Amino acid sequence: MAVPLLEVDDLTVRFRTDAGWMTAVDRVSLAVGEGEALGIVGESGSGKSVTALSILRLHAAATTRMPTGKILYGGKDLLTLPTREMRQIRGGEIAMIFQDPMSSLNPVLTIADQIGESLRLHQGVDHVTARKRAIELLDLVRIPDAARRVDEYPHRLSGGMRQRVMIAIAIACRPKLLIADEPTTALDVTIQAQILDLLRDLQRELGMSVILITHDMGVIAEFARRVMVMYAGRVVETAPVGQMFRRPVHPYTEGLLTAIPKLDVDVRRLPTIAGSIPDPTVVIPGCRYSPRCPQVQESCRRDSPALLPAGPEREARCPPRVAAMAKETVA
Amino acid sequence: MSAALKTDAADAPIIRVRDLVKEFNVTRGRGGPPAILRAVNHISFDIRPGTTLGLVGESGSGKSTTGRLLVGLIPATSGEISLFGETITGADGEAALAKVRSKLQFVFQDPHGSLNPRMRVGDCIAEPIDIAGGWSRKDRADRVSELLETVGLPRAVAERFPHEFSGGQRQRIGIARALALRPDFVVCDEPVSALDVSMQAQIINLLLDLQERLGLSYLFIAHDLAVVRSIATDVVVMYAGALVEQAPKRVLYSAPKHPYTQALLDAVPRPDPDRVRSAALGGEVPSILNPLPGCAFAARCPHVMDVCRQDRPAPRPTGEGHVVACHLY
Repeated sequence: MAVPLLEVDDLTVRFRTDAGWMTAVDRVSLAVGEGEALGIVGESGSGKSVTALSILRLHAAATTRMPTGKILYGGKDLLTLPTREMRQIRGGEIAMIFQDPMSSLNPVLTIADQIGESLRLHQGVDHVTARKRAIELLDLVRIPDAARRVDEYPHRLSGGMRQRVMIAIAIACRPKLLIADEPTTALDVTIQAQILDLLRDLQRELGMSVILITHDMGVIAEFARRVMVMYAGRVVETAPVGQMFRRPVHPYTEGLLTAIPKLDVDVRRLPTIAGSIPDPTVVIPGCRYSPRCPQVQESCRRDSPALLPAGPEREARCPPRVAAMAKETVA
Repeated sequence: MSAALKTDAADAPIIRVRDLVKEFNVTRGRGGPPAILRAVNHISFDIRPGTTLGLVGESGSGKSTTGRLLVGLIPATSGEISLFGETITGADGEAALAKVRSKLQFVFQDPHGSLNPRMRVGDCIAEPIDIAGGWSRKDRADRVSELLETVGLPRAVAERFPHEFSGGQRQRIGIARALALRPDFVVCDEPVSALDVSMQAQIINLLLDLQERLGLSYLFIAHDLAVVRSIATDVVVMYAGALVEQAPKRVLYSAPKHPYTQALLDAVPRPDPDRVRSAALGGEVPSILNPLPGCAFAARCPHVMDVCRQDRPAPRPTGEGHVVACHLY
């Protein structure tokens, strides 16, 4: 990657809870190149969505401590950018779509109004032009009969169509980066396939970079080129997608991949990961996965592991595994 | 189909569903004309003792409605349901249901919404026991401990409250409650779809272990085809209220016949970056409010013929317990 479009450096986000401050995202770094599709995968509480929301500074100020670290975009640090400039970037250069297309749309405004809103805000176009552009955008996201649909209200649309409208709003200003947070999780399987096809086509046609956040390894395999696995607020592994599936380095990635129910083979019993996802308010010393890790060593419970290089374009937060891999390569 | 099934007494179905229909009356908008929504449209299947019937389908396919009908939570519009030889539909349905009710249980999708937050875990689990009545204090407490152990939770959790537990643990509590009165048949409606992957496998394995130990039969409702493969013995695929295909698990996943089942299986993203999925199936699930004549899948079907738009295909046996509702066969 020559010059990344977006670079997150050492981002830490903390929230205030009844039980005190909790660290939702712990020193996360990532980079997205131009036109690249980065996948972030993790379970509940892994910090994947919080990382994404931080990029656009969408956290409620009252319960969030000022995030530390840097989020570099176009030579500027988004974390310290004045609010007015941030507004220009949000929805203009970096857009976001969410899991639930119903609650993301305003039920009392027509589709034309909602797509037009971002065009009017960011590009200052008038109502007539905005409506015309809205129809073009609905065409682009393959909503049939766009000229009629544009004047409808969200409740008239199915879940899949609503997500298409969300995508139309997101790409209205031709953003350079689209952040998609579980964009297909609420959709049926056949509709999910349609939306993934659409996102891939748009990414190619518009040359956008995409950060796709999901809990579904299948979606990652289909969509992403590079993947980042998160667990309990930390990055545990980054790798080109093919390599991660063929040979996961971190025991958590490995456990997750084997625990997925298999569609193409019969297994008598699924391998499981022991224990539960940790309570985010409880501090786990050493490696956060150590209480569940089948290969845990004494040092894992004591020392906080660093994210180590594990081959070209790969990193993993598991010193014993990385050391074992290095030995193999030498031998 | 029945010819393909063995007829030994031990293998005779405990659940028999024939031509089941459920309609709901709905009004569209204020003062709009009343309409009839047919959520379940003439479906038939059997469940044999100790087996799991997986019921898959997308939103609005009628799978959850079928589950609720089967345990008598809602009355059927027409058709027949017999449970353990008692016909719970028709004129004497209520009395028949009362006879078998204690053999039926339900595990819900949402482990957060299905446990009363103000009740201790032990009381949540003992609720069916309290409703049934006639248990001594000690028997009740012993049973709760036993149930917690059965689902892999320490006895001490009986004194705690549901909010102290993770989703996976809460689902264990929900399962313990379902087992309280030693049911024979449990409807599991999307029991793992709200759980993280690392928790899903644990709960699926627990359900499999319980089936082996207690000889339970399940109706396992899910939209996730991989999850269903990991637990079901036979699978029924529903689309827009209709049964489109039914087969033993291995047959359904390796040689699906109905074009919808084929498309559904193809659409699931696999954790395999080398796999190339076919282009997504176009269109959307049709409204069941004003169904067109013919096959519900006709509008999206890549193999559609003229007859498909006129006649509804009836489910036809094609051998080895395989049933397909499609004019191609």
